[in-house]
Amino acid sequence: MAMAIKLEKRLNPSAAMNVIVPVLSIIAAFLVGAVFLTLTDRDPLEVYTAMFKGALGSRYGLAETVVKAIPLMLCALGISAAFRMQLWNIGAEGQFYMGAFAASWLPLTYPQAPMMLMLPGMALLGCIGGGLWGLVPAVLRARWKVNEIITTLMLNYVAILWVDFLVYGPWKDPKGFNFPLTAKFPAAAALPNFGDSRIHVGLIIAVVLAAAFWLIFEKSRWGFEIKVIGASEQAARYAGMNIRRNIYWVMLLSGAVCGLAGMAEVSGIVGRLQPNLSPGYGYTAIIVAWLSKLNPAAILVVSILFGALQVGGFFVQTMGVPASVASMLQGAVLFFVVGGEFLTQYRVVISRKEVA
Amino acid sequence: MGEQAFFIAIFSSAVVAGTPILYAALGELVTERAGVTNLGVEGMMLIGAVSGFMAAIVTGNSWIGFVAAMLAGGVMGLIHAVLTVSLRANQVVSGLALTLFGTGLSGYLGKSYIGIPVAEPFRGVSLPLLGDIPFIGPILFRHDVLIYLSWLIVLALWFFLTRTRAGLYLQAIGENPGAADSLGISVFSLRYFYVIVGGMLCGAGGAYLSLASAPSWLENMTAGRGWIAVALVIFALWKPGRALVGSYLFGGIDALGFHLQAAGVHVSHFFLQMLPYLFTIAVLTAVMARRGGRLAAPGSLGIPYDREQR
Amino acid sequence: MKQPLVQMRGIVKKFPGVVANDQVDLDLFAGEIHALLGENGSGKSTIMSVLAGLYKPDAGEILVDGAPVSFGSPRDAIAAGIGMVHQHFKLVEPFTVAQNIQLGERKGSFLLSDTGIRQEIKEFANRFGLAINPDSPVWQLSVGEKQRVEIVRMLYRGSRVLILDEPTAVLTPQETAELFVNMRKMAAAGCAVVFITHKMNEVQEVADRVTVLRSGKVSGSMLCREVHAQELVWLMVGREIVLNAERCANGQCGGEILAMHDVHAQNDSGRPGLSEVVLSLRAGQIFGVAGVAGNGQKELAEVLTGLRAVTKGSIQFLGEDVTGRSPSELIGRGISYVPEDRLGMGLVPSLDAVENMLLKSYTQPEFSHGWLINRKAAEAKTAAIVQQYNVKLAGLSQPVRSMSGGNLQKLLLAREISEHPKLIIVVYPARGLDVGATESIHKLLMELRDQGTAILLISEDLDELMKLSDRVGVMFGGQIVGNFPIEEVDLEEVGLLMMGLFRSKEERIHGDGH
Repeated sequence: MAMAIKLEKRLNPSAAMNVIVPVLSIIAAFLVGAVFLTLTDRDPLEVYTAMFKGALGSRYGLAETVVKAIPLMLCALGISAAFRMQLWNIGAEGQFYMGAFAASWLPLTYPQAPMMLMLPGMALLGCIGGGLWGLVPAVLRARWKVNEIITTLMLNYVAILWVDFLVYGPWKDPKGFNFPLTAKFPAAAALPNFGDSRIHVGLIIAVVLAAAFWLIFEKSRWGFEIKVIGASEQAARYAGMNIRRNIYWVMLLSGAVCGLAGMAEVSGIVGRLQPNLSPGYGYTAIIVAWLSKLNPAAILVVSILFGALQVGGFFVQTMGVPASVASMLQGAVLFFVVGGEFLTQYRVVISRKEVA
Repeated sequence: MGEQAFFIAIFSSAVVAGTPILYAALGELVTERAGVTNLGVEGMMLIGAVSGFMAAIVTGNSWIGFVAAMLAGGVMGLIHAVLTVSLRANQVVSGLALTLFGTGLSGYLGKSYIGIPVAEPFRGVSLPLLGDIPFIGPILFRHDVLIYLSWLIVLALWFFLTRTRAGLYLQAIGENPGAADSLGISVFSLRYFYVIVGGMLCGAGGAYLSLASAPSWLENMTAGRGWIAVALVIFALWKPGRALVGSYLFGGIDALGFHLQAAGVHVSHFFLQMLPYLFTIAVLTAVMARRGGRLAAPGSLGIPYDREQR
Repeated sequence: MKQPLVQMRGIVKKFPGVVANDQVDLDLFAGEIHALLGENGSGKSTIMSVLAGLYKPDAGEILVDGAPVSFGSPRDAIAAGIGMVHQHFKLVEPFTVAQNIQLGERKGSFLLSDTGIRQEIKEFANRFGLAINPDSPVWQLSVGEKQRVEIVRMLYRGSRVLILDEPTAVLTPQETAELFVNMRKMAAAGCAVVFITHKMNEVQEVADRVTVLRSGKVSGSMLCREVHAQELVWLMVGREIVLNAERCANGQCGGEILAMHDVHAQNDSGRPGLSEVVLSLRAGQIFGVAGVAGNGQKELAEVLTGLRAVTKGSIQFLGEDVTGRSPSELIGRGISYVPEDRLGMGLVPSLDAVENMLLKSYTQPEFSHGWLINRKAAEAKTAAIVQQYNVKLAGLSQPVRSMSGGNLQKLLLAREISEHPKLIIVVYPARGLDVGATESIHKLLMELRDQGTAILLISEDLDELMKLSDRVGVMFGGQIVGNFPIEEVDLEEVGLLMMGLFRSKEERIHGDGH
């Protein structure tokens, strides 16, 4: 008797695995993290408990988790729009910065503007900044098939350097003791908060957008076009769909939402433009989007989870553990999700084989 | 500073700045020739840089560091191979995962090594006779051993691809794995092998940064060079010789910014730092526009191979 | 009785949802040509892929020279002297002929020798009458030449069992005749030649022994001289098939639907893909386009559907110039297209039947609630179509990926027909379908013609073209090099035209003059 392990392609992807795989992936990622923690002489259990307590064990921690989740939600939603069409927009980070930059222009130039003009204006500018930044790779991709993965990524560095240039140069606050910061925004430029917490209206915006995305991508004619283009560009062309125009619109939308995230961050949290605005929200959001299978509702939930991871990472710094433990865990989660997708596509069959 | 000295300085630092990109680009080239896209170059370089640095600090020997970097890069390659070759995962996302994981892990591991100097970093060695050639000598032949090694690798790779049976197999599994498989060439094991070799070269590129060109460890010290390497392979049309030229071109842009500033040109250094990224986009666009979007990419690049696919 | 070179005993091979081979036994003898006959989907290619080591059988055993063997991969099969020429050639297109052959060498030096192999290939090829130039890149070769490269490669590495998977499907009648001569030479040299086909006449013409497969099972195995064609048909299909088709008599066709004047277009690599195409198609007419694949058929279909730019010339549809119009506009005007690539272009594998039905009509008010899609209406329409055209599927909300080839083609054709097209372009409609499905597809096309639709039928299968067409044109090198009413079609001449062996225009005029 011999055992034979065989892989069989499933005719239809398994639905149960869509839930099981992400859950197992997160557990497996924490196990991998534990290996590296142990290797560097730290007690994984202790570190994980501290992360958990820091992120979810107190009112402050919970609020911070939500605060970090808001930009993740928005960026992941933006990314999901592009990913649905198999446009690999990994430039959310840059679009976030350009959104923040464009939104900051208004309060810095017209600090007297009333809130009713200021906030919508900033939001609009944020969308335009991020959207145009997403449109550049879209044009290159649509016209000359230039790989958008590389261009969106290169533009991330350019955007961050651009913001650095502004805050170290022309936009530096003259009264800021030479710190690389712009002047503080007027109160009219701050997104309203919930009570005395740092959680701001960006949360509502994210939830509303998620609902809108669901309607657009699951129910609308435009969503159908995007679905078909993403599934088979050839079929879309055959059906008379305009692929080039859709690349433009989708990247514009994707960038605009990521730009809005940048606006929400400078307006709702920081209150000015400064370097290192984002601890890598744009990259973490890629993981969030993929883990959520691009589903808007799942994005909201998973963002909270990753927000908690981020806060936990900051928290354990006080124990001398580098905060990058969080990004290491996030990367590992993605590994397992990507590998685990195999289980939704294939069935592992173990059979006993008679050997003559 | 004389004009000649200025150019010598620029060209010579172009070679130094281009070398980590060259190693990584060669790694990506090998991987892609085997039909696997690897967007994890950045992460592999970072892992290479940090593990090479750590090994060099612990042992006091930079060569051990270099080998450790290649091994660590190879392990990253192995992970990519498991995901994309065996589990047939989406190669784009698997590569992204490598980069994100590599960035996080290298940051975590290297935290306590920031600011430590390397005992004996790789230093320039003037080659006898060649190093004394005017102008050319100081540009090309007064560098550290790893640069000479990279030339050997370019040459070897070129020879391997064009003149050897194994090189023919490598191209075959990237162009048409079904054909190679039906002839008894083991697509799976060869893809594993070349993805791992590619990872090792990426790791070497990272180690060049942390052990030779700027001997130290900084979080995210690759600053996008891995991505530039990915773009460079397209520019190089998957040919080692063109990858060498391209790397030095990018190195030159990198060096130009630095030297222009040193020469007192009044442009914000932020803009000069943007140059390599903008240049990458420009070059990529130029290549694609000139070729009308058609590239001589390996025929099965990015497509997982499944023998029983019906 | 002499011992078979290869014995296959009780081979079972399952794929998800299908048993491709069920207890198949097969004996192959040296010096014999063994035909493997069966419909598409009967498991002929699968059983040979098992023998070639590509698929692992779920049960059964293989004996070579009487000794049991187990093939873990093609490498093992090659070592045992088994070589297969697949229907889709296993050639690396950018490589030269010599490089492709070197790829298949069983033992070879680490360094590639440049000169030796070329000479060897030439000599080798001449011995079997298979002339090829070792330095040509494979992508430049014709289909027949590629097949020759495959055969030479197998012989070169010393295969004793040569498996040819539907080798004649892509050849002209003349090339087929040449292939048969070569096959006899190979058998005479002591090889066991396996010849996979679904054409009875070819079996009678060339094979010594025949094994018939039906639905994955052996339905008969005998010497060819002991069997009649009618018996083979019965073994293969399991019932009588009646082939008849009524065409519209000359003059009964309606007005002109499509007129192409001197149309030129480029192919995917930017070279001329279509030139000087002149074509006229009337309502209720089926115009058949014959030709070896890759001679401009795809380009022809794509300029008519707006998917490819016309570089010169004009296209008139219903009397209006539609040159350079967008695909969506042409769809709106009533041009339908059933592409060669059913799953991937005509249908999207990951979408369900309803979404695939909506593919071209999702913007119509019938299926919309404002800017949203009215899924209910689409479901009702799909259910109706599925029933009317007898499409079998697991469910309306299941991805169509899992449907069989015949049902996919029915769904695709049904969708196109339900739009009431004025012109429909149908490419290789029956490729890969079994007899039953082929018949129902042909019936649908004829019904459509009777309703007055103009049909451009592009096919490699001359039998299909002869059965359905009112006129037949031949494509070669991007041109329509012959155009005959069906009564005047001479298969010999069509074959020559398909290979590009035709008299120049001047010669023809001159010749006709005398």
